[in-house]
Amino acid sequence: MFSYCTDPDTLDTVRWFSCFLTNGVHLSFYMSFLKVLVLLLVTAPVALAVGFAGAMATRATLPPLRWLGEGYIAIMRGVPDIAFFLFFVIALDQAFEWTRHQILCPDWTDPIRQGNDFLVCPDAKLPLGRAAEWVHQTYSFFLAVVTFAIVFGAFAANVLRGGMRAVPHAQLETAAAYGMSRRQTFWRILVPQMWIYALPGLSNLWLILIKATPLLFLLGIEDIVYWAREIGGTKTSKFTDYPHGDWRMWYFLFLLVFYLSFTRISEILLERLTVRLSHGQATTGGEALRKEAAA
Amino acid sequence: MKSCIDTIQDYGLRAIGIGERLLPRSDFTLCEQFTLIGSGMIWNIYFGLMALVTGYFLAVTLALGKSASNPWARKPAEWFIFIFRGSPLFIQFFFAYFFFLSLKKSYPMFDMLTSAWAGALIVLFMNTAAYSAEIFYGALRTIPKGDVEAADAYGMSGWPRFRRIVWPTMMRLAWPAYTNEAIFLFHATTLVFFSAFPAWQQRGDALYYASYFADKTFNPFVPYPILAFYFILLTLAVVGVFGVINTRLNRHLPAERRPKMRLRPNLMR
Repeated sequence: MFSYCTDPDTLDTVRWFSCFLTNGVHLSFYMSFLKVLVLLLVTAPVALAVGFAGAMATRATLPPLRWLGEGYIAIMRGVPDIAFFLFFVIALDQAFEWTRHQILCPDWTDPIRQGNDFLVCPDAKLPLGRAAEWVHQTYSFFLAVVTFAIVFGAFAANVLRGGMRAVPHAQLETAAAYGMSRRQTFWRILVPQMWIYALPGLSNLWLILIKATPLLFLLGIEDIVYWAREIGGTKTSKFTDYPHGDWRMWYFLFLLVFYLSFTRISEILLERLTVRLSHGQATTGGEALRKEAAA
Repeated sequence: MKSCIDTIQDYGLRAIGIGERLLPRSDFTLCEQFTLIGSGMIWNIYFGLMALVTGYFLAVTLALGKSASNPWARKPAEWFIFIFRGSPLFIQFFFAYFFFLSLKKSYPMFDMLTSAWAGALIVLFMNTAAYSAEIFYGALRTIPKGDVEAADAYGMSGWPRFRRIVWPTMMRLAWPAYTNEAIFLFHATTLVFFSAFPAWQQRGDALYYASYFADKTFNPFVPYPILAFYFILLTLAVVGVFGVINTRLNRHLPAERRPKMRLRPNLMR
């Protein structure tokens, strides 16, 4: 990175660290933080959408749809979340490959499950065997996003369902009295008002989502945990220009501090958002704001 | 083809090192999967139960510390709770393991801390203490003013007041949320062998064996539902036991004023 980095053996401590912390692997390490942020930014809206669909399903008039929504929420809560992470990554991959196999290779006669193997025709492989490295990485990242969205969608569905239930019933009755249809009442009255009731739960969910990001490591993605283990391990001068002892403890201490500050900043921002959304609401928070403004 | 009884004898206690040494390698039967994953549950229950029982005492202490007016008691409690609740358990496991590893290098007497049964237990103990302390702290703040005033009027103070008035009320108010915490603590125990802690001689927990089978057969549709089955049983057991305690804690209240147990998934780490 810097011009004086050509021979690290001769450097003093400060310069040695400035070179060490900007070498190739460290840049990958910093990039993986970006990966975590991208995952959060992509997953949060997707999970919210899945959750919204789930919450809508629990309010459906059609019983099977309602059972589907309620079953989805119930199952996700009873079982450890990492079990789902480990399960969905394989299951989704196999589901995609199986579907492609049925469409692309209708003439294939061999069974797909042979003993301990899962064999689909070469054209149905995901990603294709001849695909570039970045395709493989994007695909595994995509699987991770879908997995996160399914798991957190259930939590979001539960929170949104609570929010929908909390909207005062008189509001909905008034809408009905004005001759609004069920659909109109839902979209024009219920949905705009439910957010303030759902917000405490959703803020909580965001903090949980942040804290779940290290699980990316379990999904086989080269995330911050992966790099912290990789870079922090003992290195001898045989393999690198920057030999050092076992520093993994310090790398994980850094991750700990990173997550602590991230959750703290989120908490502060979410608190502000709550105040903003409370304006003009028929809740104690909204009432307090109104009195404050009047005084 | 062994009978299922044989399999249970061989692998029923495999997770704690009793029985057959080699794990099955091919042609996995349903019975083998059920037995091994069930045997792994021993670890989940061990970690969960031990952390819950030991963490309880630290949690009450921390909750009292956080509600103290003396900053020397309040600040450390606040920081402890913030650090353990604000960071992922997964990272805490990693950090603790590597911390214990370097501790062991300088002082060999800390050898046992690098094995899961002690090291991971310490992390879980502190983690659950922090989460429960926040619950107990919330309950402490909602103790009805009248209860404490009545105790004052009877001339109670200090330890007797805490022991006979504050503590039972705090427990009663915190119990539904604490039940939730217990459930999620049991779920969190599955992280142990997926962080840095090694599963010595392949003695792992339920998820360790479930993922072993999923990796070997490349079929996630059998082992993970088995795992889910065990965990749903465990969750039901926890809800049952905590429900009995909840009834006992609220036995002096009329039936309609007793708080209902409700599960909320807001305590995942």
